[in-house]
Amino acid sequence: MARTLSMMAAINEALDQEMSRDPTVVVLGEDIVGGTGSPGEDDAWGGAMGVTKGLIHKHPGQLIDTPLSESAYIGAAIGAATCGLRPVAELMFVDFMGVCLDQIFNQAAKFRYMFGGKAETPVVIRTTCGAGFRAAAQHSQMLTPVFTHIPGLKVVCPSNAYDTKGLLIQSIRDNDPVIFLEHKNLYDHETDVPEESYAIPFGEANIAREGTDVTIVTYGMMVPYSLEASETLKGEGIDVEVIDLRTLSPIDLDTVFESVEMTGRLVCVDEANPRCSIASDVAAAVAQEAFGSLKGPVAMVTAPHAPVPFSSALEDLYIPSPERIADSVRRTMGAHPS
Amino acid sequence: MSDEIVPILMPKWGLSMKQGTLSSWLVEEGSEISPGDEIMDVETDKIANAVEASDGGLLRRRVGMAGETYPVRALLGVLAPASVPDSEIDAYVASFKAPVAEETDDEETAPLFLDLPVGRIRYAERPGDGIPVLLVHGFGGDLDNWLFNIDSLAEAGPVVALDLPGHGQSVKSVAAPSLTTMTDAVIGLMDSLGVARAHLVGHSMGGLVAGRTGIDRPDRVASLTLIAAAGLGEEINGAYLDGFVSAASRRDLKPALVHLFADQALVNRSMVEDVLKYKRLDGVGAFLEALRDALFPGDRQAMHIADDLAAIGCPCHVIWGAEDAIIPASHAGALEGATVIDGAGHMVQMERATEVNRLILSWTHG
Repeated sequence: MARTLSMMAAINEALDQEMSRDPTVVVLGEDIVGGTGSPGEDDAWGGAMGVTKGLIHKHPGQLIDTPLSESAYIGAAIGAATCGLRPVAELMFVDFMGVCLDQIFNQAAKFRYMFGGKAETPVVIRTTCGAGFRAAAQHSQMLTPVFTHIPGLKVVCPSNAYDTKGLLIQSIRDNDPVIFLEHKNLYDHETDVPEESYAIPFGEANIAREGTDVTIVTYGMMVPYSLEASETLKGEGIDVEVIDLRTLSPIDLDTVFESVEMTGRLVCVDEANPRCSIASDVAAAVAQEAFGSLKGPVAMVTAPHAPVPFSSALEDLYIPSPERIADSVRRTMGAHPS
Repeated sequence: MSDEIVPILMPKWGLSMKQGTLSSWLVEEGSEISPGDEIMDVETDKIANAVEASDGGLLRRRVGMAGETYPVRALLGVLAPASVPDSEIDAYVASFKAPVAEETDDEETAPLFLDLPVGRIRYAERPGDGIPVLLVHGFGGDLDNWLFNIDSLAEAGPVVALDLPGHGQSVKSVAAPSLTTMTDAVIGLMDSLGVARAHLVGHSMGGLVAGRTGIDRPDRVASLTLIAAAGLGEEINGAYLDGFVSAASRRDLKPALVHLFADQALVNRSMVEDVLKYKRLDGVGAFLEALRDALFPGDRQAMHIADDLAAIGCPCHVIWGAEDAIIPASHAGALEGATVIDGAGHMVQMERATEVNRLILSWTHG
């Protein structure tokens, strides 16, 4: 356990170990090998972010470079999943999901239901999400709520390298389609990661920090931001509990309710746009199920209802910051707006 | 500066500990301290425990403040004879530099691995002269169960602790695990390390493993210390075993783990998370089920070693926590001269580390 890995290396190791364990696990996507069949260096890219680098030499025949056509290869991955393979498709940016959305939400998400439970679609679609990369409105979105809205999909968004490895392995072994969202700004974050394989079950939130005054419910990049805010608030005598949802569908609301029943205060932090978001979903569930425990209104810290700006100054203001999270907690505790 | 000044430092319990909170002092300035005395309570994100003095002397200064958090090896107190003037103590405190050498320190305590016939085995080793003490953990545990024992015992001589097959960071793919799998691993580790004889100290199932090893290979065992050991009676808490084996979530696991301690508040988020991280590893679930079925079928103990132990004539000592909720303390009566410690549960070597360490040392190095 003394070994640390970055989130990117944890993804690579999870894919490596699962391809070794199960020959039906295949990985496909744009440039994930780096020009198979074309002249030039093999394994030059490892995908847009370099995540799959090195895997082709360990698992020849289990990785496929695809044409630049998401609708074609995401459809192929879903079809292959219904026929006995366990494909892991890499899609560069979640923002590109629009061109292959029919394959995902009308086909993959519906097969089990429409074929009377007889069809299984064990496909994983790995993709990157989130702002902060100066990549403008079409490469920076946090579309977690879009997929969470669709029944039949499982939605995962890890916050650290340990969870990433265990959740990706669980995603590959799961018999339903999984949308696996990797935050670009977390790729270099390191934690202790066991060398052995392990799976983290879906629908089990992690209490990233224990506290008694306020509950923050969040996921992804907002987990380290919320922990940073909690450290600041600790110095002010405010003891914050931070719940990392880890999976958005299924969602572990029991852990949220238990925490809010203890603290009586809830701040939902979500990098996604605010309307119909994870934050609004959790806020509504707590209002329905744990209203009697609340000592004050539920607060939300989210991006504004606007596209991600290209201006770096505006982008920095757009993303919820540790300072904004801390301010929201202070107001929830009864402080006047600062 | 006087070399009669001895610092009291924040201890380092295990690899991951970076800092600790000094919860409270247990001794006043001006009091005379003997090695082994409990001098303060320290809490980490993983566990709380009393700190034993490693040196004796007059406590001249409490540098650490109760409630404050300090890095590992920070100066918390100063021991010095009354003849050392206050000004010299002031100067010592002001100029104190924590013994750094973090790198070499990590190397010393980094996990080690050996490839045995059963597979890869992790162990920890503290060097020294004489017959080593070999620590064997219980069902579902690992060598970190000896967090509060290994360094204290190492002050008297060499110590080895291992992760049994299927546990900790040792091999998980073990077909049909049995008591023999475990005793073979203990002897195999001793062979690989060139240890001819050892003082075996086993906790819970590890006590059964240690005892069985002593019965099978009396030539390899200098003494036995069985702590809350299996193998000495019929009963075992089946609900605990089932809960531990089947739990896949924090919510299910915590109600099982609290049975391990008399002070159930010791079971915090971090401890539950560490056990969950172990249980999530591939192969662990099937291994634990198979081992439970082999050793504790139908919530009874299948293996009994008390009669054989009495016959081999090897020095054999027994320690139990009076409030043990896993294996009843009445089993301590199966062998003569058992020590039952009040106010402690199944993890008595953690909850009453000072006393357990003193007992073990009195038997192994007394």
